[in-house]
Amino acid sequence: MIWQLDFILLVIVVICAIAAISVKDLLSSAILLGAYSFLLCLLWTEMGAVDVAFTEATVGAGISTAFFIGAIYHTSRRTKD
Amino acid sequence: MEAMDYIISKYNYWMYIILMMIGFYAMIAKKNLVKKIVGMNIFQTAIILFFISTASKKGGASIPIIQNGHGSATDIINTAHYVNPLPHVLMLTAIVVMVSTFGVAIALLLMLYKKYNTLEEDEIISILKTENGK
Repeated sequence: MIWQLDFILLVIVVICAIAAISVKDLLSSAILLGAYSFLLCLLWTEMGAVDVAFTEATVGAGISTAFFIGAIYHTSRRTKD
Repeated sequence: MEAMDYIISKYNYWMYIILMMIGFYAMIAKKNLVKKIVGMNIFQTAIILFFISTASKKGGASIPIIQNGHGSATDIINTAHYVNPLPHVLMLTAIVVMVSTFGVAIALLLMLYKKYNTLEEDEIISILKTENGK
């Protein structure tokens, strides 16, 4: 594993997590959570865990984001915090 | 100085603790129920990231597929050349559990919205209080 790549990916992951919980629009929050999942998937591929990485890519980034967007369209996009 | 080097050399563990605390903060302090679910997702993926990082090794370890596995059984397997596959398998189960809890949470969220017509926790609690006050 290359530690520079590891460090840069970890910093972007933390930034995505903070953005996903602090943004005021729930649809943006769902998209940022999908980006967070894809970055984690890159991190796991880089660590040599390819099986976990493709499970996360299909299930964490794909299905979860689709469920999230569906739930938000059935309810409301607005949030107070 | 030695302690500082030790802390910096374990930077990935500090990052996982930061991620875990971001998720925990979102679960506790955010009023919106969708934000709470986002926080739960971040918390669970931080734990999975910690476990996967314990499996990886420095110095060019590759994925656990044995070279020359068929035919010649004369090669001695050196475990330092392969990453540890046991945490990967455990965390595959954890990812499946994560998605199922996420699905149940989304279903509960839709039921709550159908009943109370809001996603904010404090509004739901105030509606419940006025219902109980009658």
